[in-house]
Amino acid sequence: MNYVDSSLKVVGTRPIRPDGADKVTGRAVFAADTRAPGMLWGKILRSPHAHARIVSIDTSKAEALPGVHGVVTAADFPDIPSEEAFVGEGPMNFRDLALNCMARTKVLYEGHALAAVAASTQAIADQALALIEVNYEVLPHVIEVEAAMADDAPILHDDMFTAGVTPKPTKPSNIAKVVTFKKGDAEAGFKEAEVIVEGTYTTQPVHQAYIEPHACLATYSPDGQIQIHSSSQGHFMVRAYTAKLLGVNLSNIRVNPAEIGGGFGGKTLVYLEPVAVMLSKKSGRTVKMQMTREDVFRASGPTSGAWMSVKIGAKKDGTIVAAKQVLKYQAGAFAGSPIGPGCMCGFAMYDLPNVDVVGYDVVSNRPKVAAYRAPGAPITSFAVESLMDDLATKLGIDPLTLRVKNAAKNGTKTHYGPTHQNIGFTAVLDAVKAHPHWKTPLKEGQGRGLATGFWFNIGGESSASVHVNEDGSVTAATGSPDIGGSRASIGMMVAEVLGVPATTVRTIVADTASIGFTHVTGGSRVTFATGMAATQAAEKVVEDLKRRAAQTWDIPVEAVEWKDGAAYPAGSNAGAFEPLDLATLALKAARTGGPLIAEVSLNAQGAGPGFGAHICDVTVDKETGHVTIDRYTAIQDVGKAIHPSYVEGQIQGGAAQGIGWALNEEYIYNAKGQMENPGFLDYRVPVASDVPMIEAVLVEVPNPRHPFGARGVGEVPIIPPMAAIANAIRGATGLRMVDLPMSPPKVRAAFDAAG
Amino acid sequence: MAKTYVSATINGESSEFLCETQQTLLDVLRDVVGLTGSKEGCASGDCGACSVILDGRLVCSCLVLGVEAEGTTITTIEGIAQGDKLHPVQQKFLEHAALQCGFCTPGLIVATKALLDENPNPTETEARYWLAGNLCRCTGYDKVIRAVMDAAAELRGETVG
Repeated sequence: MNYVDSSLKVVGTRPIRPDGADKVTGRAVFAADTRAPGMLWGKILRSPHAHARIVSIDTSKAEALPGVHGVVTAADFPDIPSEEAFVGEGPMNFRDLALNCMARTKVLYEGHALAAVAASTQAIADQALALIEVNYEVLPHVIEVEAAMADDAPILHDDMFTAGVTPKPTKPSNIAKVVTFKKGDAEAGFKEAEVIVEGTYTTQPVHQAYIEPHACLATYSPDGQIQIHSSSQGHFMVRAYTAKLLGVNLSNIRVNPAEIGGGFGGKTLVYLEPVAVMLSKKSGRTVKMQMTREDVFRASGPTSGAWMSVKIGAKKDGTIVAAKQVLKYQAGAFAGSPIGPGCMCGFAMYDLPNVDVVGYDVVSNRPKVAAYRAPGAPITSFAVESLMDDLATKLGIDPLTLRVKNAAKNGTKTHYGPTHQNIGFTAVLDAVKAHPHWKTPLKEGQGRGLATGFWFNIGGESSASVHVNEDGSVTAATGSPDIGGSRASIGMMVAEVLGVPATTVRTIVADTASIGFTHVTGGSRVTFATGMAATQAAEKVVEDLKRRAAQTWDIPVEAVEWKDGAAYPAGSNAGAFEPLDLATLALKAARTGGPLIAEVSLNAQGAGPGFGAHICDVTVDKETGHVTIDRYTAIQDVGKAIHPSYVEGQIQGGAAQGIGWALNEEYIYNAKGQMENPGFLDYRVPVASDVPMIEAVLVEVPNPRHPFGARGVGEVPIIPPMAAIANAIRGATGLRMVDLPMSPPKVRAAFDAAG
Repeated sequence: MAKTYVSATINGESSEFLCETQQTLLDVLRDVVGLTGSKEGCASGDCGACSVILDGRLVCSCLVLGVEAEGTTITTIEGIAQGDKLHPVQQKFLEHAALQCGFCTPGLIVATKALLDENPNPTETEARYWLAGNLCRCTGYDKVIRAVMDAAAELRGETVG
């Protein structure tokens, strides 16, 4: 099954990561670990109300407090116009981003920032926040997506008119846009169907819950130069957004990437950086800011909660003839839920003749959603893959067989346009069938669930440089923050091309002034796209090395070949010369043309889409409603695993996040629209004792567009777990759980309702 | 506000610091002593990223006041390795790729050391429950638990295949 290229010496092995020692000894410098002389602490005043007009803000008492050196409100920032930006992981409107960082006329959710202070100690900063007097006119609020769509719902934005409908509405609405995708004729398809199944599903917003809260350190110099040290999924993104929100040139801002303590999509936009810079400008001092865990939950983006309905029609032999889906995704306080991918991913695993999908992007008084691992796909797939299980039951067909029968293959035209090419879904389903887990008999009381998932993966702009140092050791630099081991995979690909051991290459993440523009670490793109840039840079270095060997030997460059880290004469006709290895050529570099360096910037195309299938066994405690995951296997087409351990780690981590999404995680609001569980005690992410070992099975169907065959791997694994677990619960209990999370109270209630 | 003088043994060295009475041990370690290896993930004792060993007990340093450290012996992540030699727990975390972002890793390693000091031969279930106070959002714990079990075996002098 696995793709083996016997000529590969480094790719596919499991070396220790270059930044490993720093991270197991506490030396690694994360954003909050940095201080500066004379530094101030910045803190943010956040709205206690879910929806209110800001009548006035009086900061005079705060400004008068000894130890306070600066106070800012929206009045200090440019009032920028509406403009779409594409620097983060999805479209982002700069005006919305600015208003999310600092509310101007209204606060739109509890936790919305509306003022900030810089003070010499954290305690003084807290006192100063308490001295800011805000006069609010509290407005009616709305939290749930369907309530927000109602005709009489409180309107968040007077200038929001639903896009995607004709004629253009005359009344403002909380529905930011409607999107539709059609293939064939769904209504005609349902008429042909012999069996029809339908379901309605809801999911709750869940937070990425990276363990490191957002943090930054910013310095504004009197000449307008700005230095930022922060934790993000893209320091070029931080530079772009900060520049826009402050109205300054990109070249005036240098962003140093700190180590990032998890992101999962949640650190693809800014919250603190523009505020810290403005506080630094006002105070003339360096300002450090860090969110509390409560801030992270209340004010940084979770992903959408949703309401969904799905209908599937099939022939008795299992051939699906029609599929229909309605999706209503919460966007939070500003437009921009992942409704697009939601509409595309649900049915993307299958070859369907007739499809009709409608999606709604809906604002309500919640924090603005941010990307979270395969944004939109886990939600839609929970619905579709749950209903596929019901269809299998109704048809009396094994759920794997049903999926195999309808599986998308190369050449399958998707309902959203593109035709699948070089995909490995069938190989994944074959691996399910062959896996011992699928064949192991269940124990008394156990249920087994299967679910699949699809994600596009992306390429995009990346830059990498490869420097051969004077002693023949190598430094590879990229613009991609390393969120989960990409220094290792990048260094390994460079080592493979140069023909040297992985330990010869040291990979670093370079700041915005030291490497070319690089898009965010997101979309499962780094090993693919930045890896492609690094590979091409290494290939350029090899060409240069060959040229220098040819010059040394005075033979044509075509007569030189590079293998195992040295230049050799290509065959006996080229002449008899001792090989020149990397160290020797590096030592002589000054005499053959100067330093050995190559940098490549590119816009990578052809990120191979990813497919996965998860098998899960559960036992359900009827007394408590508690679901125990007994066994979990996650199978995925990864193209080619560059460092298999970190690929497995992505799959295991994604599955565990999905388990949390399925069983525990949710935002709980009170009647005032305030979040009641903004901490890890009450917002319960999986702990070590909640999960079993998660077996990651790597299927390798190489991606022909990547030099080593890699596909993105980080996002697919969070897509199948919710339906896999729901289907397993169905198998164990007969209960079809349609509302997430399937927490003990919900499972108990389902038992009670079933009698 | 008057500061309090505190002396404690941190990572084998006698240390003295002045701290405000409301400062936590985590704040003191990070902001006063300058040991930033212990991380703040929640400041409420729920995530374990700030784990230290205080007089032989595993504690969240965010739940201990700096002034309570008076006269105690504290081991932080910075005191786990011996010079340039990594502790077997650290080495096994690297070999098993038991970290991705690495932010929870200091706390997990300190907690694992405390586990193995107390129970050199834990079962997988015992290891999972001991580490249930240390949140990791990246790994799904699989490789973490494998690293812990392998480190335990190595510390017992066994070799694991």
